[in-house]
Amino acid sequence: MTHPSLALTGVSKSYGSVHALNDISLQASAGERLALVGHNGAGKTTLFKLLLSILRPDRGEIQVLGKSPQAARAAGSIGFLPETIAFDPAMRGIEALRFWARLKGLPGSVAEEAMEKVGLGEAKRRPVRSYSKGMRQRLGFAQAILGDPHLLLLDEPTTGLDPAFRRIFYDLIRERAEAGASVVISSHALSELEAETDRIAILGGGRLLALGSLDEIRREVRLPVMLRVVPGPCRSSDIAATVAPEASVTRRSGEAVELACEPEAKMAVIRRLAGLGEGVKDIEVLPPSLDAIYAQVTAGRAP
Amino acid sequence: MTPLAVVAWQEFRNDLRNRWVLAATGLLAIFALALAFLGGAPAGTTGVGRIDLLVVSLASLSIFLIPLLALLLSYDSIVGEVERGTMLLLLAYPVSRAEIVAGKFLAHLGILLVAVTVGFGSAAAALAFTGDAPGTAEWAAFLRLCITSVALGASFLGLGYLASTMVTERATAAGLALGVWLLLVIVFDLVLLAALVAFGSDIPPAAVEAALMLNPADVFRLANLAVGGNVSEAAGMVGIGAELRLPASALYGVLALWAILPLAGAWLLFRRREV
Repeated sequence: MTHPSLALTGVSKSYGSVHALNDISLQASAGERLALVGHNGAGKTTLFKLLLSILRPDRGEIQVLGKSPQAARAAGSIGFLPETIAFDPAMRGIEALRFWARLKGLPGSVAEEAMEKVGLGEAKRRPVRSYSKGMRQRLGFAQAILGDPHLLLLDEPTTGLDPAFRRIFYDLIRERAEAGASVVISSHALSELEAETDRIAILGGGRLLALGSLDEIRREVRLPVMLRVVPGPCRSSDIAATVAPEASVTRRSGEAVELACEPEAKMAVIRRLAGLGEGVKDIEVLPPSLDAIYAQVTAGRAP
Repeated sequence: MTPLAVVAWQEFRNDLRNRWVLAATGLLAIFALALAFLGGAPAGTTGVGRIDLLVVSLASLSIFLIPLLALLLSYDSIVGEVERGTMLLLLAYPVSRAEIVAGKFLAHLGILLVAVTVGFGSAAAALAFTGDAPGTAEWAAFLRLCITSVALGASFLGLGYLASTMVTERATAAGLALGVWLLLVIVFDLVLLAALVAFGSDIPPAAVEAALMLNPADVFRLANLAVGGNVSEAAGMVGIGAELRLPASALYGVLALWAILPLAGAWLLFRRREV
């Protein structure tokens, strides 16, 4: 029987009177990339600490790779990249990584391989103090993937990374997921997550506000679909009249007209626009972005 | 390597690189050599051996320096890592909190061991090579000094970890460690002395003895200077030694307890601490 890589059932955790997490139920399966988004203080880091058995839940049950979080951690099956990664500045990069590898009971050669993977092969003998912020973040990521863990927990992993390495980073994540690992990424870089994760969990005020694939959440949230229409010889007022009442003009930018309609009405509106023939030069469909969904879901909620 | 050994070895290497080992050893060696060659003059031609005299001088030095070194090594250990954010990552690895505390303790104990062995050893070797060969009893007293010095250090390491786990800021831990040093190394004896002067014979010897056991520095002093032999004579503590009803083995036992209990306390606190 295969277990979900992580399963939280009715998990709550408070710090004094502050409810960091409130009745969270969440699952992730092998090979899945799950995005965890929420304001600062929404409970993302607390969730990671619970999965790592650094904290214990007040209520609810947590299973990691079919075991208790303690057992999963003791087996070295979890890779973790904390939000702020710190190393002894006098240590050489490779030395720091060998230390982490030995703690997982892995040979030193694994550290060398991980250094190469994150592109620090050339700089591995330099002291960490000479590393840039991005290089430290890469070193942090290298320690997280030591020993090919079955569950990767990454807290704000792309902070400080340059765009080129960001690409490599997401490729490495995909590679790990394809090899069967579950990856949980917490981040504020919503546009990145949109493309690089399979499912999204939105946390707010310690509660799980939305969970599902981007399409599922879009359907649930029912934000209007935007259509960007470039008119041909006809006037934009003709376009507004054609698509009413299903769609309305939200704004005009340059020669284009932006329309908003309910997701279900999208095809009907497009067909009507197509009926204008030469009157329409171009139509672009803009589904609601994760940014817009996030703003909608968390609206009015304090962290 | 077990996780405990990995943590201990890495901590030791870091301390080696941060010149901790060098600084501690150098400091002890300089003081010890100075005492060995300059402190021997007052002995004149009494029957007290030069190593005996060195033991007396070094014991007094140890009481001040070893606790200070131990606290400097340990006060930052837990709170520093929590503050820098390295503890969170360490706890995500297959290593228990007990292994982290024990690993750090072993590494710091190793530093104290190197410092005491090399620092004090260089002074003893210098004396042995420049005069009459010391006897077995003298070497035994010296060995006892070295071992109890490390035990004294261990007890203050434990107190340092305790300070480090109790607070949330490094600066507070530093203040607390300094307070512990002042209290146990300076203030405690002054208060006891004041009480003895004020109430003298009204205080039963057993109470004085019990009070002395409450301070690892005093246990160390008694274990080295009041257990009889030439050292007691040189230290002028024969009288106290005769009144002391605790055998030497009991003193070693109490010192061992002092080395273990604060460490255990630190572990218990660290276990409950949220990182």
